[in-house]
Amino acid sequence: MTTIIALIPAIPFLSFLILALFGHKLTRKLAGFIGAGSIGMVALFTFIVAIGFFKSLPEVKSYSVTIWEWINTGNLKVDISFSLDALSLVFCFVITFVGFLIHVYSIGFMSKDEGFSRFFAYMNLFIGSMLVLVLADNILLMYLGWEGVGLCSYLLIGFWYKEPANGYAARKAFIITRIGDTAMIIGIFILFLNFGTVNINELMQQASGKWASGSSLAVLTAALLLCGALGKSAQLPLQTWLPDAMAGPSPVSALIHAATMVTAGVYLIARTHVLFSLAPVVQSAIAIIGALTLLIAGFSALAQHDLKRILAYSTISQIGYMFLALGVGAWSAAVFHFMIHAFFKALLFLGAGIVILVLNEEHDIFKMGGLRKKMPVVFITFLIGSASLSALPLITAGFYSKDEILWYAYSSQSGSILLWLAGIVGALLTALYSFRMIFITFYGEAKTEPAFNPGKLMTVPLIVLAVLSLVGGYVELPASIGNIHLFSNLVDNTLPVVVVKAGENQEILFQLLSAIIALTGIYIAYLIYFKKPSLSEPFSHSRINKYFEKGWGFDKLYNTLFVNPVVWLSVIDKNDFFDWWNIGIARLALMFNSLLSYAQNGKLRWYLMSFAIGIALILTYMLSK
Amino acid sequence: MLTVSIETQILFAGILFFLGLIGLLVRRNMIFMLMSIEIMFNSAGLVFIIAATHWKQPDGQVMFIFILAVTAVEVSIALALILQVYHHFKTLDADAVNKLKDHN
Amino acid sequence: MILVYLIVILLAGAFLAWVTGKWNPVLPRIISLATLSTDLVIIILYVLLSVPSNKDWLTDIKFDWIPQFGISLHFALDGLSLVMLILTFFLGIISVIISWKEIVSKVGFFHFNLLLILAGITGVFLSLDLFLFYFFWELMLVPMYFLIGIWGHENRTAASNKFFLYTQASGLLMFISILALYFVHGHSTGLYTFDYQQILGTEMPAPTAFLLMLGFLAAFLVKLPVVPLHNWLPDAHTEAPTAGSLILAALLLKTGAYGLLRFIVPLFPSASAEFAPIGMLLGVVGILYGAKLAFAQTDLKRLVAYTSVSHMGFVILGVFSFNELAYQGVVIQMIAHGISTGALFILVGQLYERIHTRDINKMGGLWEKAPFMGAIGLIFSMASLGLPGLGNFIAELLILIGAFKANILMSCLASLGLIAATIYSLRIVQKVFLGNKNADWKMYDLTVREKMVSASLVIAILWLGLFPQPVINTAKPAILKTLKNQKEVSWHDQVNRTNDYFIKF
Repeated sequence: MTTIIALIPAIPFLSFLILALFGHKLTRKLAGFIGAGSIGMVALFTFIVAIGFFKSLPEVKSYSVTIWEWINTGNLKVDISFSLDALSLVFCFVITFVGFLIHVYSIGFMSKDEGFSRFFAYMNLFIGSMLVLVLADNILLMYLGWEGVGLCSYLLIGFWYKEPANGYAARKAFIITRIGDTAMIIGIFILFLNFGTVNINELMQQASGKWASGSSLAVLTAALLLCGALGKSAQLPLQTWLPDAMAGPSPVSALIHAATMVTAGVYLIARTHVLFSLAPVVQSAIAIIGALTLLIAGFSALAQHDLKRILAYSTISQIGYMFLALGVGAWSAAVFHFMIHAFFKALLFLGAGIVILVLNEEHDIFKMGGLRKKMPVVFITFLIGSASLSALPLITAGFYSKDEILWYAYSSQSGSILLWLAGIVGALLTALYSFRMIFITFYGEAKTEPAFNPGKLMTVPLIVLAVLSLVGGYVELPASIGNIHLFSNLVDNTLPVVVVKAGENQEILFQLLSAIIALTGIYIAYLIYFKKPSLSEPFSHSRINKYFEKGWGFDKLYNTLFVNPVVWLSVIDKNDFFDWWNIGIARLALMFNSLLSYAQNGKLRWYLMSFAIGIALILTYMLSK
Repeated sequence: MLTVSIETQILFAGILFFLGLIGLLVRRNMIFMLMSIEIMFNSAGLVFIIAATHWKQPDGQVMFIFILAVTAVEVSIALALILQVYHHFKTLDADAVNKLKDHN
Repeated sequence: MILVYLIVILLAGAFLAWVTGKWNPVLPRIISLATLSTDLVIIILYVLLSVPSNKDWLTDIKFDWIPQFGISLHFALDGLSLVMLILTFFLGIISVIISWKEIVSKVGFFHFNLLLILAGITGVFLSLDLFLFYFFWELMLVPMYFLIGIWGHENRTAASNKFFLYTQASGLLMFISILALYFVHGHSTGLYTFDYQQILGTEMPAPTAFLLMLGFLAAFLVKLPVVPLHNWLPDAHTEAPTAGSLILAALLLKTGAYGLLRFIVPLFPSASAEFAPIGMLLGVVGILYGAKLAFAQTDLKRLVAYTSVSHMGFVILGVFSFNELAYQGVVIQMIAHGISTGALFILVGQLYERIHTRDINKMGGLWEKAPFMGAIGLIFSMASLGLPGLGNFIAELLILIGAFKANILMSCLASLGLIAATIYSLRIVQKVFLGNKNADWKMYDLTVREKMVSASLVIAILWLGLFPQPVINTAKPAILKTLKNQKEVSWHDQVNRTNDYFIKF
């Protein structure tokens, strides 16, 4: 069992090495087979491990395996060791399974691209790093995975490197996430220096024992770790990199910027939840940040023209929901929404990828249209994905996961009506922008003709994900509907149960409200984007729309505050003003040279004169003594 | 016989020396510089004669003959050098011969 | 005796190379390669066959040289010098291989100078007599001056002059300190000697100790280099030939770090503790200022040179933290920086051989023509920014944790250097390899010889990043010996001190 757990992160690294070193010599078929096959193998292993895990519950709640000793100096002892518990298992499942589907899709999507094997090498490296992140036993190994996924994100966003704008987007992502990572590593320093260990479980145990709730060290450390999570998960104020990251190929957006890397922040907070429970201020901050982000991103999504940018802002918004859940202590609800979101968001991105590819790299939704009849499979799966995103009641998985979060936002011990209000407005916005996207892209008359039909490699993953987006929710039904708690029972082995303060009968009221809001949103979208598009005209040309489209001006703010001053400061001192000292000395020496060279003018009479004066002076001196 | 005090005599030799020195420093033509050097030599010789007369020893006169011999040799060599300089630089201006200057 | 052999082989090889250079340009290269490989094999055999012991020195040898003045030929090896020697010989071999096709004129003299520099470096790492140490310190200088001045690029004369004068002047200050130390020790104990072991622990009044330490510091801070004494480095690195840059960046700079660890901290424990806040501040300034300058450059080699300034800032930050974690980080940083920056200089050299320019505004889109080179550039840029899994991460992590223990503010400021490093490293990759082509360069990818060099460096940095433990174990006795007289600040004291500071605030 433990050997299989050790193999799970190892296999993607192995296939990365093979593809990186020999990829250019392999045929496309073989490269694709190795690339996707390795992830398939890992998915299979995860499945086997899961079965073993379920069988051994509830006695054994986690497995650990140590591979080798990494660093051992002073009292810092770090091993390369992995541990699997319920939380890691859920994440592993999503990463490997959804990852596998995306890899299969990529074989079709990237089939005409010249960097085929390079793509799969990077994707496998990413999956390997992400698995290290979620399986790491100690926080430094997790940091290795954390940075590894950052690297792969950089490589994959800038995959089509010939276009400088892609490189810029990639650098933006790396630098912004690095800012969060640096705050995180300082938090890790404080944790290690206080408790003498980097093992996550030991750290959490010692923290709950030694740190009082609300103590300054706990708050500081939690805040620093939160910064790391904010960077990776693209939440306020570090969210500006994600919309630009859409420059990468669509499978990349699906895997990294929807399903896995951006949820690393959620994983971090869930994994170190003890620390956040010790710092209630920070935890409330998480909830507030989540609420604000989901609103800001929701409004921004409403104003976008680019199909992928809508989805990018949607991702930011949905992760805001997960942060909202984490902030009110609804740990399993956050993880549940993560899983369901991975399904429908990956589906949406893959579908968007097909649409863009088939319409010859057309990203603007206002130049699309009428694809409903021409690409039925894509249309239906996309519709299912959007419905799940909008939390269409009862039939989609999204309803159950989002509804759970909304309920806990109100009813949890640290929840409030304001947080619920933010969530419900966000839900309305979600329904609005999702169906705006559907109506403009797939209905109406076709402004661009599709060039070809997508093959099975691309459509089968769509179908699988669509099915999951519908039935994935049935593992966790609220008390009023079916009272199935398979998922939370699993996750509650690792994470604490949420403490609720309101009664269950109120829950039905809230569910009804969210159902009504979702349907209302869809109806309004139908009205103003399908039936009478003229109704949306005044809004779409207004100043406030432009403001939303530019992401509420954050990019401009950061450019003025940080980017431009730093660049100016660098350029102005390009030649290093410390060098003036050396240049000054050199000039001084040369000046003395030119001065003294007057006395060396080759004239005999001058020399004789100096003799005469010198002798006179010496004689005077001698005679005066 | 006029008795001149020894101080006056040496003063006279000194003035002669300085006249030669000034001539050496001021004149630009090398032949005239040589002549000034001659005057300086002669004034040094005069000091020897003065001393010989004062101390009533013939050694001073002997030194003067030495100086004459040395002067003759020196002048011949100097004139040979001046000839070479004139060949090369086509002028007898001492200031023109400044090729050893610092070229800055 | 093997320590003497190590230096003598290099000297013999140097003379042989010079002489044979007149007949055939290939012979000196082969002789250099053979000499350095012999030395590397000797030292590795020594490591494999020796029994680990806890003595102060792994091996020790002493001959009398000028007994009237107390000068002896005293060589000794401990964990720290061992690690540095392996790095020296490994990178020496690499420098010979990369200059195989680059140096075509006066080949014999070139290899003579190269081997002399390496002999000087070996001597610096091995000598335990202060006079002998100074001898080898100066021995490193003159051949390097020739290396830059004869085989360098356009502005080589000015650069080599600057390098020589700067390093020589600081070396003279160190020599004055050595002499003063000699006399102080002689006055207080009656024994006039230059021997390190005997001078260790000299009782000195605090102002004297501080002044003497400043003299030593002058030489080491210039060599390291530390802002504001760093200006010789960009010029020297940019104008030197590739092998020269490699030796300069990877080895010469480390002699400065070695000097700090071997001489400053053990000889002047209280004076160095007094200097520590300034030292750490200089380190932080070096990290951030070096990174800022690196970002602004358009000459690729100058850019990489400024990254050296930035990385060495971590070293001085770690040295003045006075704890074991930081010192282990310093040792690993010396090795990792040597490998990664060396590899970047090699890359620049390879680019220059192909396109004859170092201006990054003229490059771009080179990945398409040379993907292997691009991949190598990417890997070492990632090393430069401290990606976990590569050696530099371990080094910077350990240094930052150690510095955090000593001075929280400085460590946090230094951590900003991680972000700064990202900015310049990504700029290198973007401007050189990515983007659309600026010009149609006729470029070919790496040859087999170049691939071997790059591959061995990649393996080295990955090995260091994933399995640093052997290096840590080797260096541990030496580091504990260095810290013997230092009191370590405990974390709880540090927290209490910071709390009090904030309460007063």
